Amino acid sequence: MNAPFVGQPVPRAEDVRFLTGRARYVDDIRPEGALHAVIARSPYGHARLLGVNKASIEGLPGIVGVIAADDIAHLPAEIPIRLAPLEGFQRFLQRPLASDRVRFVGEAVALIVATSRHAAEDALEQLEVEYEPLPAVVTYDAAREGAELLFPEAGTNVATRYSASMGDADAAFARADLVIERHMTAHRHTALPLETRGLIAHEEADGILRCWGATKVTQWNRRALAVMLGRPEHSMDLIEVDVGGGFGAKGEFYPEDFLIPFAALRFGAPVKWIEDRREHLLTTNHSREMEATVAIAFARDGTMLGMRAKVSADMGAYVRTNGGVVPAKAAQFLPGPYRMKDVALDVEALLTNKTPVGTLRGPGRYEAHFFRERLIDLAAEELGLDPAEIRRRNLLRPEDMPWSIGHLVPYEPPSAVDSSDVPAAFDAVTDAIGYEELRWEVRKPQPDGRLHGIGLACFVESSGAGPSETARVELREDGGLRVISGVSTQGQGHQTVLSQIAADAFDGGVPPSEIELLNGTASLIEGGFGTYHSRAVVVGGSAIHLAARSLRAKLLRVAAARLQLRAEDLVLAEGHLRREGSVQKLAALAEVRGWMREAGETPDATETFKPDGRTYTCGAHAAHVAVDTETGQVEVLRYIASEDVGRAINPLMVHGQAIGAAVQGIGAVFLDELVYDENGQLLTGSLADYLVATSSCFPNIESITLENSPSTLNPLGAKGAGEGGVVACAAAIANAIADALRPLGVEINHLPLGPDRLLRLIPEKPAP
Amino acid sequence: MTPTESLSITLSVNGATVAREVPARLSLADFLREELRLTGTHLGCEHGVCGACTVLLDGEPVRACLMLAVQARGHSVTTVEGLTPAGGGLTPLQAAFQRHHAVQCGFCTPGMLMTATALLAGNPSPSAEQVRDALSGNICRCTGYVQIVEAVMDAAAGAEA
Ligand code: FES
Ligand code: FES
Repeated sequence: MNAPFVGQPVPRAEDVRFLTGRARYVDDIRPEGALHAVIARSPYGHARLLGVNKASIEGLPGIVGVIAADDIAHLPAEIPIRLAPLEGFQRFLQRPLASDRVRFVGEAVALIVATSRHAAEDALEQLEVEYEPLPAVVTYDAAREGAELLFPEAGTNVATRYSASMGDADAAFARADLVIERHMTAHRHTALPLETRGLIAHEEADGILRCWGATKVTQWNRRALAVMLGRPEHSMDLIEVDVGGGFGAKGEFYPEDFLIPFAALRFGAPVKWIEDRREHLLTTNHSREMEATVAIAFARDGTMLGMRAKVSADMGAYVRTNGGVVPAKAAQFLPGPYRMKDVALDVEALLTNKTPVGTLRGPGRYEAHFFRERLIDLAAEELGLDPAEIRRRNLLRPEDMPWSIGHLVPYEPPSAVDSSDVPAAFDAVTDAIGYEELRWEVRKPQPDGRLHGIGLACFVESSGAGPSETARVELREDGGLRVISGVSTQGQGHQTVLSQIAADAFDGGVPPSEIELLNGTASLIEGGFGTYHSRAVVVGGSAIHLAARSLRAKLLRVAAARLQLRAEDLVLAEGHLRREGSVQKLAALAEVRGWMREAGETPDATETFKPDGRTYTCGAHAAHVAVDTETGQVEVLRYIASEDVGRAINPLMVHGQAIGAAVQGIGAVFLDELVYDENGQLLTGSLADYLVATSSCFPNIESITLENSPSTLNPLGAKGAGEGGVVACAAAIANAIADALRPLGVEINHLPLGPDRLLRLIPEKPAP
Repeated sequence: MTPTESLSITLSVNGATVAREVPARLSLADFLREELRLTGTHLGCEHGVCGACTVLLDGEPVRACLMLAVQARGHSVTTVEGLTPAGGGLTPLQAAFQRHHAVQCGFCTPGMLMTATALLAGNPSPSAEQVRDALSGNICRCTGYVQIVEAVMDAAAGAEA
């Protein structure tokens, strides 16, 4: 019974609790005697913090205490960098509470703890905090010039600068028949999971400090908290409960991840904090704000010869846990899935008086693919080539694999695309949308009076971040399996997909419905690195596969000795042990478990999987749009995204990930935007101002899952499947709109592309 | 009346009569979640935009974050917990959500189910566009809505068959 579950569209086992209202999110937990925390936050983008007058709220009804910077001054409480520690970043870390200066609206200055949320909120209105406003730095130029500094002691607002290259870009440009260069920008937006952040912390009677509401990287966060609180790691646990979406933003170590446990210790009671939506928009990581000047050198036949780029990311006011992932990955992915070997990149990260930046699904890729794919279309037009044809001439081919992408990221080793069939992924979308006919159809006058356009974009995407992942598989007393994994879950459905993997690795002898998953919480298993960079299935799933194989081998060995048969003659099926070729059941697995015990073997196995590098997916997006030049409204008539995920463990869920990612990505082109004024005030601080895609916005989204290029770097052949849907959205939509507006001579170089922006680009019709 | 003053209310929640003293400023959502421990009703914005808190008031979808508990006095409230058919299991709509993979993180799901339940009660065979219209006040950040719309259409078709 080989591989009966992997590859099947198994409906999710975990759905029942979500459908019946029985899921447990952090705000659903109400510990007895819990205190409630609210946070006083800076109303200024940039100001000297002159003082927090704690006495101003002491004695108000229900107030238990106030914590300000002086209460934590003795602790090494700088929030450390988890990823992408670029040179210079150490100077710009955030402490959980501002002490003498606030650097963005929403920065925490004090924590108020009260017996109820209402009491805490009432006191918040009374708390006296004195500020002396300073000019805010909100533009790239102001940050670079540094007339006003966020960190005067550093003497600069440039958090880091580096150059990276492969091949010889100068030589490539010297050979060029055509160079296309543009200045382009991507706009600031955020992941916006529907559930905001929240935490409950409590030092329980056993002396363990437990924090509910943690996710993503709980073991790393526990390590960070241990250092900051000066407490041993094993005296704390970070517990993952149901999480209402993450998309990169949730579960990073934020100031509250220190403050709430700290308050729980200080007041000796459970402390609960639930972020409200305004706080979320002000304080949870933003992403994607970036400007770039990108040049591509082309030969007359459309061959891409080389690339030069200067990428500047607006990092907001501090360097947070994600370090330089956003600018570094934008730079790394600029060359894309094309045979281009000569690349020179300059990267800088700038500090501004805005909310700090972190990763958002497809960090840096969304921006990079937009920049490059626009330039390819501009080149196609100059060279008189079809946009599909110019891409086909340059795409990486299966025979190019593995394809070196050089050493473009200073904090990582050189990397290579392991396996990919980009032309097949590209043909899949052009065929599906009927590109050859549609290409000409869109040029004709349309009955709806709008201008139509078609846009294409190709991408390559990495997944499966290391360093490793560990899993334990246990044979339960009832003959089912218990899988324990260090990856975490923000709603992806890991219970189902990881059970499918375990079931197959166990020869299908135990169905997924008899396999439980324990994961996410920091203390469950050593050596867990959490969920980010599409690694849960790729790396976590591989560890589970190995552990289940190991347990199977051990079980068969014990059973063979007991039955005096050869292990090769035994098979696992339907919760039983059988002899190969016979339907007769020799023993239930529950009984075999007893044999293992008697033989002095534990009925479990633990394995670690350490991938030898990242695994890369590829794909393409195609968009057909109609633009109303009177209103600036764009309708997405059809959108198709393909991704070669190597192996789709659960096609139903891969499809769901792709569609959900695409709607997020397309929505962000038109809707999601964090707007700041010149004082660093966020003008989009509620869901009435910060708009996201709703059910009526983008009804025509399709996805194509391909399995042409199994990963060569893990036993499952799997690659990430959650980010390909988002990474090329801005690229494909912008190309489609540019195609539609070509008769008007409009070029699209900047995001977003909501009606107001488009109207500014569209020339007024001459009066008749 | 001050916001902290308590008032007594009697209402029906998921078919059972509930009588409580509540502060005047307590929202219906907080009442359901904190007083009655019906935590299936979620809060995504607390300002009436996201729809995660949608419950039925006398069969009509309302935003429980915008209503005060005292305003529900004498009315009949249905939450996601009240959808479960007698004897347990899933309603056809809930089962369709599972079949179509219309749930990812699940945070929007109760609100979606309540809105769609009200839609189907009034219009047993809606068009896809009507489904999209009806759900347009419920934000989902995970699914992209495609599978949710499919699930509602499928549940409607199943009810007709
Ligand atoms: S919580 Fe009520 S509409 Fe968002
Ligand atoms: S399933 Fe996560 S918000 Fe809808």
